[in-house]
Amino acid sequence: MAVSEAVVRAVGLEKRYGLRTVLRDVSFELESGGALVVTGPNGAGKSTLLRLIGGLAAPSRGLLEIGIERRRVGFLGHEPLVYRELTALENLDLYGRLYGVPERRERIGMLLGRFGLWEARRQRISSYSRGMTQRLALCRALLHEPDLVVLDEPHASLDDDGLALLDAELGTLAAAGKTLVVATHDPARVAALATGSIALGHA
Amino acid sequence: MSITRPSLSALAAFAVALAAASVLMTFFVAPEDADQGLSQKIFYVHVPIALTAYACFGLGAWKALRLLLTRGERYDLESYTGIHQGTIFGALTLVTGSIWAKASWGVWWTWSSNQLVLFLVLFLFYCAYFMLRFSIEPGPQRERISAVYALFGVALIPVSFFAIRLASDFIHPTVFTRDGPQMTGSMFAAFCTSWAAITLLAYVMYRTELAGKRTDVNLRDLREALAR
Amino acid sequence: MTAYLGDVAALARKDLRLELRARDTLPAMALFVVATLVVFHFALPGGASEDAAYGLLWVALVFTALLGLGRAWAPESEAGALDGLVLATSDRSAIWLGKALATLAFLLAAEIVALPAFALFFAPLDGPALLGVLLASVGICAVGSLVSAMAAAARGREVLLPLLFLPLAIPLVVGGVGSSISPEPGAYLAFLGLYDAVFAILSWAAFEYVVTE
Repeated sequence: MAVSEAVVRAVGLEKRYGLRTVLRDVSFELESGGALVVTGPNGAGKSTLLRLIGGLAAPSRGLLEIGIERRRVGFLGHEPLVYRELTALENLDLYGRLYGVPERRERIGMLLGRFGLWEARRQRISSYSRGMTQRLALCRALLHEPDLVVLDEPHASLDDDGLALLDAELGTLAAAGKTLVVATHDPARVAALATGSIALGHA
Repeated sequence: MSITRPSLSALAAFAVALAAASVLMTFFVAPEDADQGLSQKIFYVHVPIALTAYACFGLGAWKALRLLLTRGERYDLESYTGIHQGTIFGALTLVTGSIWAKASWGVWWTWSSNQLVLFLVLFLFYCAYFMLRFSIEPGPQRERISAVYALFGVALIPVSFFAIRLASDFIHPTVFTRDGPQMTGSMFAAFCTSWAAITLLAYVMYRTELAGKRTDVNLRDLREALAR
Repeated sequence: MTAYLGDVAALARKDLRLELRARDTLPAMALFVVATLVVFHFALPGGASEDAAYGLLWVALVFTALLGLGRAWAPESEAGALDGLVLATSDRSAIWLGKALATLAFLLAAEIVALPAFALFFAPLDGPALLGVLLASVGICAVGSLVSAMAAAARGREVLLPLLFLPLAIPLVVGGVGSSISPEPGAYLAFLGLYDAVFAILSWAAFEYVVTE
């Protein structure tokens, strides 16, 4: 893409839940193919901001423009967003259908293989470790080849192998021109890809 | 508030005056009922209160619809206040209806008054509204869920009405019947005055409660702004 | 349209698969309804009319349905899957429809146990009565799935669900009992159809607002 347009534009974002103001006056622009790193202490509103960008919540005040269709956004939250009593294959097959992923089986197989879950594909998620669940959640988030990938502390719960896989995947996504938003406690880890960053304090 | 709109206190004063007028009319202008005697006078209070309750529920549902369609901030409080007023008037409908039943037939409750039974069902429904609302964290989700529930209430009103009619047709054949009074001129005048008074009273209460709630919200916002 | 129905089917299948694995809700509902009918036998005095028994059938059905509805959204709550569905579906009402259909399947399965038990313990059920049960079940699942989703967003959801559901279920009970005991069940069956149409459409349209901000 010759000219980078803003994929996400936020001006004066505010998010209130009743009496609590979780986000106050947040503004940024994220261009296509860029990577925004969101940092801040616990409770500063990182997850809330990511939910806004991911389309799970709407701001109380301010402007949030997302130049991508809702279902072309991939989201990884604090919870894996899966069904514990279904297998990895069944979970991804369901999401694949809902997202309308073409050649679903191949894509699922490819992702499970890439994240080291192929052997465990027929096991229920309730039998997975936290690291495996996190990797499955990543598969779910990336299943439909989203243009904008929103990741809330993706490194959490992963062991060394998992971390290596994630870092490789982030690199691949960035190289492919995907737009990223990553909330993390460890900004150094993603410093290489970051094109911008936001530090949230307590509102 | 523009200058041409009457102030709330002026409206309140007028409502009280109208209420006083309607009491006078009820007792001195409207003729006494041949069968029921003095107790029939409750009709002049009971029916307008019931009509006002319906109007409040309707208002609450209308504001709820506006909230869902436009996401305007003000509609949540307006819808809530409308439902709240409706519930108050609904409770009053049950009370006045009960008093009338006691005076007319000697029982504090009867299942044969379709209107009374309908209000009982609605009262249960709208009480659950408050339980629902206050079990959810304040925020946009609470507003939307409350709004959807308010809309369901308005759909329930006619459906329940039919259900109760059907039930009394066969399942519970009516023991007591009460014909709606054929209203003569002076009765009609007294009724209308009473209805106007109660509607105005409800409007004043609605505006007052809404103003109170808005003030609470503004106060909290101010406190928060100062605290930063 | 076919994509929408495909989504609905996939979602309903998911619920059926989950229940087949866990096998907790359906047996509980079946056992509950039979136990309730037995309690009713002891609760009904000896000279009670047959009609009273039909009334109690409907009480049993409503409370059995509540049992199922209380657990309807549990799989979505466990690991936040509801958010996942909200993100993935193009039309969120498909989530409601899939859930309502699955819940209906469970309720009908419980009724396959309940109705013969009722006929055995109390009184026979004729065509209109059975049709009434079917129509009312549709209404119960349509409204119940929506209201259960509302309760799932709240604290104290187990207590809240009956409070939200019962007033809405009253017309269904009237329709159901009427179709069982009235010599002219047509009006009651038509009424049940009306209820189903009104509240299914309302639930279908409103679900989006219940699960999104």
